[in-house]
Amino acid sequence: MTSATVAAAIHTLPDPPLPMGVFLISTVVKMVGVFSVYMVGVALLTLAERKISAWIQGRLGPNRVGGKLGLLQPAADGVKNIMKEETLPGHVNKPMFMLAPMLAFVPAMLAWAVIPFGAPWDSRWGRIQMVVADLPVGFLFTLAIASLGVYGIVIAGWASNNKYALLGGLRSTAQMISYEIAMGMSLIPVLLLAGNVTLNQIIDQQASMHTWNVLTLTISFFIFVVAAFAETNRLPFDLPEAESELIAGYHTEYSAMKFSMFPISEYANMATSSALMATLFFGGWDIPFMQQDNTTGVSFLMLLLSIGIFMAKTLFFIFVFIWIRWTLPRFRYDQLMSLGWKFMLPMALAYIVIIASVILALDYLNIERGFLYGLAMLAVNVVLVIITFFILDRGRLISPAYGRATPQQIARLRAVTAARAHLSPQSGD
Amino acid sequence: MAINVKVLERPVEQVSYVRATLKGMAMTFKHMIDPHKVTTQYPEQKETISKRWRGTHRMLTTETGKAKCVACGLCPTVCPANCIKLVPGEDEQGNRYPLVFEIDEFRCIFCGYCQEVCPEEAIHVGRHYENSEYSREGFVYDLERLVAQTHPVCEMWDPADPKGE
Repeated sequence: MTSATVAAAIHTLPDPPLPMGVFLISTVVKMVGVFSVYMVGVALLTLAERKISAWIQGRLGPNRVGGKLGLLQPAADGVKNIMKEETLPGHVNKPMFMLAPMLAFVPAMLAWAVIPFGAPWDSRWGRIQMVVADLPVGFLFTLAIASLGVYGIVIAGWASNNKYALLGGLRSTAQMISYEIAMGMSLIPVLLLAGNVTLNQIIDQQASMHTWNVLTLTISFFIFVVAAFAETNRLPFDLPEAESELIAGYHTEYSAMKFSMFPISEYANMATSSALMATLFFGGWDIPFMQQDNTTGVSFLMLLLSIGIFMAKTLFFIFVFIWIRWTLPRFRYDQLMSLGWKFMLPMALAYIVIIASVILALDYLNIERGFLYGLAMLAVNVVLVIITFFILDRGRLISPAYGRATPQQIARLRAVTAARAHLSPQSGD
Repeated sequence: MAINVKVLERPVEQVSYVRATLKGMAMTFKHMIDPHKVTTQYPEQKETISKRWRGTHRMLTTETGKAKCVACGLCPTVCPANCIKLVPGEDEQGNRYPLVFEIDEFRCIFCGYCQEVCPEEAIHVGRHYENSEYSREGFVYDLERLVAQTHPVCEMWDPADPKGE
């Protein structure tokens, strides 16, 4: 056992248990708090998306309901969607059709149970962890739950009994399988550094090394972000709903509030992924350039500050999600697959090997897991990032779907087209 | 006929996805924070319309408040959409005036010929466009209503000043 793992083991010693009453009350308060902030936040995200898309396109966005910022627009949309007529097409599989929107939404919300949203609070009644359920395997729980989200989409596509919906569901399945692996693999370096699967410990590790994981594991972060985009079905990976090809994909047959559940679950997934990015790579609730919060418990003021920091980080990633959506066009299906399998997966695997060797070397040199350790990782990382983004990213790796045709292939294609046009002149242009 | 597909010879060593994405993101961010937005908030703000805008009709009046129209019948004749209904009348002094003068704004194509042809400069198309109604009947403007319009009228094209400066 190295000194680092011993330190980690000491660190994981459980806090003295809270009295039952305090535990119950604090858990209920946390549950209600997280649930309400999250639901209101997701509702406001629909507004944020419309506002930001409008600004990017040189428009103003919704500003008629609830002041200049249109703050009541989500409420108006909700009322409209609930009042609308709900159609239940005759050819659908009713139980599954009804179940799918709920299945899409619930997993996104479940993941929030284990995400720590603030520093542990040393209250008058004992130390209260700022997480609804302080699972020791929180990290694995989030991954498991996040993959469940695809069931809603797949079942919606299947139950709709409609070819476009089914194609959307199929695409979603393929996409999920391709990117789930890369996502899991990209997170293994994080676990290697933290030596633990508890989200709170991962945050502690980042705080104690004074370098967030994004600085030491940039390529992991990059792969995780791309995979998260694919998992949440956001542009440039929104193939399951691709308006131009599949009408609306898996939610073609849905209307009113059942339809509305799908966009809501998309935003919910976005918020969850953003929170995970903030937690795993940007230090979670860790306040930058401050050491007072790195102790095991904090005062109430610091608690509020750390919650604010966590929310700011999460909101930033949500903004990135929206920003990317209005910047990039959609991938073609083969591009999506080749990016996932031919590039992201091998890269994640290679990165695991590199990071594991670096950690082994640093442990061998008896370097404590502290600032120096972080600096060493940072140096290795800078080299890797330069290699990846400036040398490997030359049209070969990161744009892998770009197939070049040889002159012979082009000549053959032209010959085939010419022959076909000759056979049926009326079908030519 | 063979379709000639244009195949771009893109040099592989210059193509990059990550940097191109970042460049695109910088572009959209610049647009996002740009305070100049193109939206006109319609009911509150209105675009200025041309001096030669041909909209809702208006009948001009003499100093005594009577319509200038002498019921010569030129405008229903020239009207390509056949939307003007004119029944002429004559008073004791032998002056002609319109007994009925109706314009169906639904049929009208706002070509402005009626204004051009009018010898008395009585009927005009106007610089006005907000004329929605709850019923189709509301779009048939009678003489009283045409006289009651107050919006500025269209300025006809002047060959000496073709750009209207």
